[in-house]
Amino acid sequence: MAEKRSLGKEFSKGIIKENPVLRLVLGTCPTLAVSVSVTNSIGMGVAATLVLVCSNVVISLLRKVIPSKIRIPAYIVVIASFVTIVQMLVKAFVPALNDALGVYLPLIVVNCIILGRAEAFAGKNSVPASFLDGLGMGIGFTFALIVMATVREILGAGTFLEGIDSLTKLFGVTGFTGFKIFSQPVAMLTMAPGGFLVFGLVMAAANKLAERQGKPKAELNGCSACPMAASCALVNKDEACENKGSGSVEKEGSAV
Amino acid sequence: MVNGKNLYVSASPHARASVTTRGIMLDVIIALVPALIASGVIFGLRALTVTAVSVAACVISEWAFRKFILRRSNTIGDLSAVITGILLAFNLPSGIPYWMVILGDLFAIIIVKQLFGGIGQNFVNPAIGGRIFMLLSFSGSMSAWTQPGAGFMNLGKVDALSGATPLVSDKLPSLGEMFLGMRGGCLGETCILALLLGGVYLLIKKVISPAIPLSFIGTVAVVSVIAMLVKHEGPEYIAYQLMSGGLILGAVFMATDYATSPISVKGKIIFGVGCGLITCLIRLFGSLPEGVSYSIIIMNILSPLIERVATPKPFGTPKKEKKAKKEAQA
Repeated sequence: MAEKRSLGKEFSKGIIKENPVLRLVLGTCPTLAVSVSVTNSIGMGVAATLVLVCSNVVISLLRKVIPSKIRIPAYIVVIASFVTIVQMLVKAFVPALNDALGVYLPLIVVNCIILGRAEAFAGKNSVPASFLDGLGMGIGFTFALIVMATVREILGAGTFLEGIDSLTKLFGVTGFTGFKIFSQPVAMLTMAPGGFLVFGLVMAAANKLAERQGKPKAELNGCSACPMAASCALVNKDEACENKGSGSVEKEGSAV
Repeated sequence: MVNGKNLYVSASPHARASVTTRGIMLDVIIALVPALIASGVIFGLRALTVTAVSVAACVISEWAFRKFILRRSNTIGDLSAVITGILLAFNLPSGIPYWMVILGDLFAIIIVKQLFGGIGQNFVNPAIGGRIFMLLSFSGSMSAWTQPGAGFMNLGKVDALSGATPLVSDKLPSLGEMFLGMRGGCLGETCILALLLGGVYLLIKKVISPAIPLSFIGTVAVVSVIAMLVKHEGPEYIAYQLMSGGLILGAVFMATDYATSPISVKGKIIFGVGCGLITCLIRLFGSLPEGVSYSIIIMNILSPLIERVATPKPFGTPKKEKKAKKEAQA
């Protein structure tokens, strides 16, 4: 059975220890695409966090009503409703961000992090725990995006917080449009290969940090890295005869 | 036995060649010297300082990264970092800013070579990796070709002339000028004579096998003949295709890198033909004027697959297993 964690831990685990991007390697596609600029990353992170928190709460509320056979379509419908709401909000209030994010905003529907949390956590845990889990994971996602975008924007485009006024306008602050740092940046970092490069290096740094804190290394291959591990027939078969829940990820939701 | 003292029991191999990594790398450096001298003569002192900066950056970054970050034994003594430095510099225009050279070196040594496990483990040729990184990042500075004019030959006339590489220019230098390297381009790629001298030295010393250079250059020649016939050009078109760009430098010094090219002769020929075809495709149909470095990097990545196809069969094993299987099934 799952060991009970305190609510505080449910919140904080998503930020570094089980960071969805850097440690669970989820949501890679939006990460690589959006982390070109810090402004877009903040926008994407906030939008995804909003969807994640709302969908986690609703799915947790409905967890006893949704039949397990059709849970994935049910989750998708819930997530898609919130994505539509968020997209309408972004279009209405921050149209510049809507243009910058393009297709990646509606693609939050199929973001692995959101569906993964719904499947691995919210479908099995109480509402407060799911709310905090979603909030922590969302902040972890935003944090990873901002770290990558800071490196890529400063070195790759030579700017920092370019176009931030599209976000600050919401709070009545205008005029500040970011810093200009280099006139001849390393343009490759804003392209796809640079995205993979920075992603790998930041992931290596996160692993090093976690190792230094004495926490287990992220297992990139192997079932325990998978957020579906708890409900996966393959893993559970192994667990029956072998040790229970060796990976940190497995522990959270084996209350099947 | 009468004299038991001289009998040793040891595991094979019993006969060892005296070839060492350091010795091979030293031979490659010797082979690069004529082209280095030529670059100094053609493009002036700055060609030599760019090379010196590049070599220093490669060696220092390899030493520092292994000592302070990986904390492993140091490998700068095998001289492979020196070659990466020279080759990367040979792929740059002589007017490139030094800080860009250093960044390219850091990418080549740290990202391409050391992060994948150091010498022998790099997945692509480090010098080409560094060049493509710089090409993508600083495309303006990387294609600001210096025309020969700043060299020792006409010292004092002008500092530098910039112009297009013969692959994109309308006004072509004569074939003799092309052979001696009196044209615009990267600093080490222009003097065909010096590169061929180095290549012959490597072949005589058996550091490289002729399979890759011959199949690479041969494929480009064959495709150029076809293109010549299609485009109704004169026969000098082939000579220009073979002598322009970085074809000779790439075929002799970069595509023959041990770690990133297949081992068997059959594999080497597939590798060389692939390099030649991709080079020609990019030159004839691509938006870039030159494709040698991209062709080599693509074939570098493919070489493990080529290796799988081209593994030689051990002597004595049945030749046609498939046929035998079919017969057995029938």
